[in-house]
Amino acid sequence: MNEEIQTLLEQYEFDKTRLMDILWDVQNQHDYISEEAVVAIATGLDMSGDDVRETLSFYHFFKDRPFGKHKIYLCNTVIAKMKGYYEVRAALEQETNTSFGHVDDTGTFGLGDANCIGLSDQEPAMMVDHVVFTNLTPEKVSTIIGQLKQGKSAQEIVNPGGADSKDIAYVNAIVDENIRTESKVMFKANRDYKAILLSCLDKLPEQIITTITDANLRGRGGAGFPTGLKWRLGREAEGAEKYVICNADEGEPGTFKDRVLLSHSPKDVLLGMIMAAHAIGSRNGIIYLRAEYWYLKDYLQQQIQEFRDDGLLGKQILGTNFEFDIRIQMGAGAYVCGDETALIESCEGKRGTPRVKPPYPIQQGYLGMPTSVNNVETLAIASRIIEEGSAWFTAMGTNESTGTRLLSVSGDCDKPGIYEIEWGTTLNEVLSMIGAENAKYVQISGPAGDSLSVAKDGDREFCYSDLSCNGSLMVFDHTRDILNVVRDYAEFFVEESCGICVPCRAGGVDLLDKMERVIGGRACQQDLDEVTSWSKLLKGTSRCGLGTAAPNSILATLDKFPEIYKAKLVEPHGPLLPSFDEEEVISEYELAYKHLVKEDV
Amino acid sequence: MTVKITIDGQEVNARAGDNIVDVAAQNGVYIPTLCYTRGKPCLGTCRTCSVKVNGSVMAACTIPVREGMEIDVNGDEITDMRKALVELLFAEGNHNCPSCEKSGRCELQATGYEVKMMVSRFPYRFTPHPVDHASRSIWLERDRCIFCQRCVDFVRDKETNQKIFSINGRGTYARIEIDVELANKMPADQVREAAELCPVGCIIDKTQGYDVPIGKRKFEVKSIRERALGGGHR
Ligand SMILES: Cc1cc2nc3c(=O)[nH]c(=O)nc-3n(C[C@H](O)[C@H](O)[C@H](O)COP(=O)(O)O)c2cc1C
Ligand code: SF4
Ligand code: SF4
Ligand code: SF4
Repeated sequence: MNEEIQTLLEQYEFDKTRLMDILWDVQNQHDYISEEAVVAIATGLDMSGDDVRETLSFYHFFKDRPFGKHKIYLCNTVIAKMKGYYEVRAALEQETNTSFGHVDDTGTFGLGDANCIGLSDQEPAMMVDHVVFTNLTPEKVSTIIGQLKQGKSAQEIVNPGGADSKDIAYVNAIVDENIRTESKVMFKANRDYKAILLSCLDKLPEQIITTITDANLRGRGGAGFPTGLKWRLGREAEGAEKYVICNADEGEPGTFKDRVLLSHSPKDVLLGMIMAAHAIGSRNGIIYLRAEYWYLKDYLQQQIQEFRDDGLLGKQILGTNFEFDIRIQMGAGAYVCGDETALIESCEGKRGTPRVKPPYPIQQGYLGMPTSVNNVETLAIASRIIEEGSAWFTAMGTNESTGTRLLSVSGDCDKPGIYEIEWGTTLNEVLSMIGAENAKYVQISGPAGDSLSVAKDGDREFCYSDLSCNGSLMVFDHTRDILNVVRDYAEFFVEESCGICVPCRAGGVDLLDKMERVIGGRACQQDLDEVTSWSKLLKGTSRCGLGTAAPNSILATLDKFPEIYKAKLVEPHGPLLPSFDEEEVISEYELAYKHLVKEDV
Repeated sequence: MTVKITIDGQEVNARAGDNIVDVAAQNGVYIPTLCYTRGKPCLGTCRTCSVKVNGSVMAACTIPVREGMEIDVNGDEITDMRKALVELLFAEGNHNCPSCEKSGRCELQATGYEVKMMVSRFPYRFTPHPVDHASRSIWLERDRCIFCQRCVDFVRDKETNQKIFSINGRGTYARIEIDVELANKMPADQVREAAELCPVGCIIDKTQGYDVPIGKRKFEVKSIRERALGGGHR
């Protein structure tokens, strides 16, 4: 083991910042990261063992003990639960002969839960050893597990035609694209990347930045920060190196548009990165790819290689003095790593703890250097704006929100999948596009976003000043229990909180408790008042966007659907809260009394 | 460069770049902190120094002052938020001051008094947190840890600069770990420093219990507020 790790560390030049890759390599080789491996890594990198464990223990998919030869993670989002999750879960337990959170006796199967794995349009879905299986049924589960037992690999099962993992055929064998609209900005076919980049490099960085600024492009990752301004700040920032990072963490439950962009139009994204690099003056780029999208890794690597072979990446790009190259950094299962500063920490081999701001990444980011973190979609759009000009782009959308945006649609509708809409489209228009006649409640931008009542919000527009959706759109019809959805979201934030700051780490648990109290019919008005006040605390004092967003769905549904909360409330009798269960509280005393006194009598 | 800002309506001059906690203290306004200590990098974990800056809630230790900032420290709403954060810490851990070695010199306890906390508004959780007493001179009483990260960031092995304390797991399941081998190498004065650095009674120096009588302890002699306002020495 020691020698093997030594060789591995040599490959990474004993660079601590590559700890994520080192841990992945060890786990992929040995199924898990043993104590022996941790010590060897720690010694080699001159860290304490606990320091290595800091990183290891942060990420959902790193295992420090055996978790089966085949690691199976079933996606447990609300959408999955609407589409047959429970039956699939039961089938998995039966077929593998173990239960969730455990490994079967033969050490073959480990069963675990996963938050959204970016397949809400084809749930139920599960990850098995770096590939995924979609549209699951108990029968399908039985076949898959049967084949695994016969010694087939998950890759062979999901890709029976044996397509090369570098090839799009491989990706298509695994997941559906479900692109439902004609191309406007994204997904344009047959682009001449070389010609586009040549004309881009002909222009000065300032001109590129001006075009993006004139197009009024705003970040599609959620915060809506003006991309032109970010690049300008990056250009002006001083640093020996500068970095461009493509945020492909796509962890917000319900979104999967970055997955589809990366598989259908990967070179649009790469081109956007190269343009960003030209604009700010960077030589190195990173794609931070969530581990849930591992099946895209070889394919993306191949796309990067093709760009290198064609002279669009590497040294002296297209005969100029400009040099830029891209590496892929795999995540390991942590929603908070979508936050740009947590993502940078993760790229540096550490826990995904969001940094204290200021400084912002554009001033001091990756390795302390100016870093432009941009969403996948933002980069793809930027490449199109540079190709077609800002006027072409501003002709779409509204004055204030220009262009288009991708929606990842899931839930109760006829046609889940990817929709490209112009900003300014109303909620009702989207609902009729996707075939959601019966919709009652729509959650946009994931659990961190806003909760809409179709009756009240149908005419509202998608745009930055109103519904500034980050791409996730989940539809719920009249049969769904909204309180359960909100409870699930509250639980999601408890599970994904990094834990570094008090309000989110501790307060998130209290909000979840309150939701359970409401659902259990043990809440009174005082509980709801406390929910509102504690939510304000989280929103105000949390360190990053995870904590500030955690109460959103509770607050919004309280506002939009007060009646469903009211219906659950009970009146307090006397001074005690209804949630105070006297019997339960004194039961332990009684037990102790029985043990200590009565039995002797 | 000097900038003008207002704190609770009072106009004051400050050096640009200094953080709000320090600037407020220089001007006689106390802002409680549990992770930040003057002279050390800001950790931004406890959020107990939350104030309003131009109307938005921000952690004062993380914000350098800038010309024209209007800072609300003692308004009712923000004062109650700071109190709530302290209450959250009491509900999350298991704090039984009368039986705690740190009582009287504990920053959490002292801050509890300053924010006028009587009882936590949040339900006490009573989660068990296993004690780690494996190292020779440090007792890690995790029931009292507030995850300030001071030990993780500021205590290092003298020889290798490796972390002696680290964090494990995430979210509500996170806990502080101690590397026993490295801890056993710590010289006595470093152990004492670590125990003093810990704002609560989580890192306890096994060799030094109850050396100062109750009633004569740090914050009993001089309150945490007075110490914060009284310049560099705490
Ligand atoms: C908890 C959290 C999760 C986030 N997840 C993502 C994500 O998955 N993808 C993304 O592009 N941005 C995400 N963001 C926003 C990023 O921090 C950042 O603003 C964005 O990547 C910037 O790119 P843009 O300007 O192109 O939008 C997240 C933010 C927070 C606070
Ligand atoms: S808000 Fe939550 S996720 Fe963000 S830093 Fe604080 S604990 Fe971590
Ligand atoms: S650590 Fe502080 S607050 Fe906690 S029990 Fe000890 S003295 Fe009390
Ligand atoms: S052990 Fe003490 S210093 Fe370390 S994080 Fe906990 S409270 Fe802070």
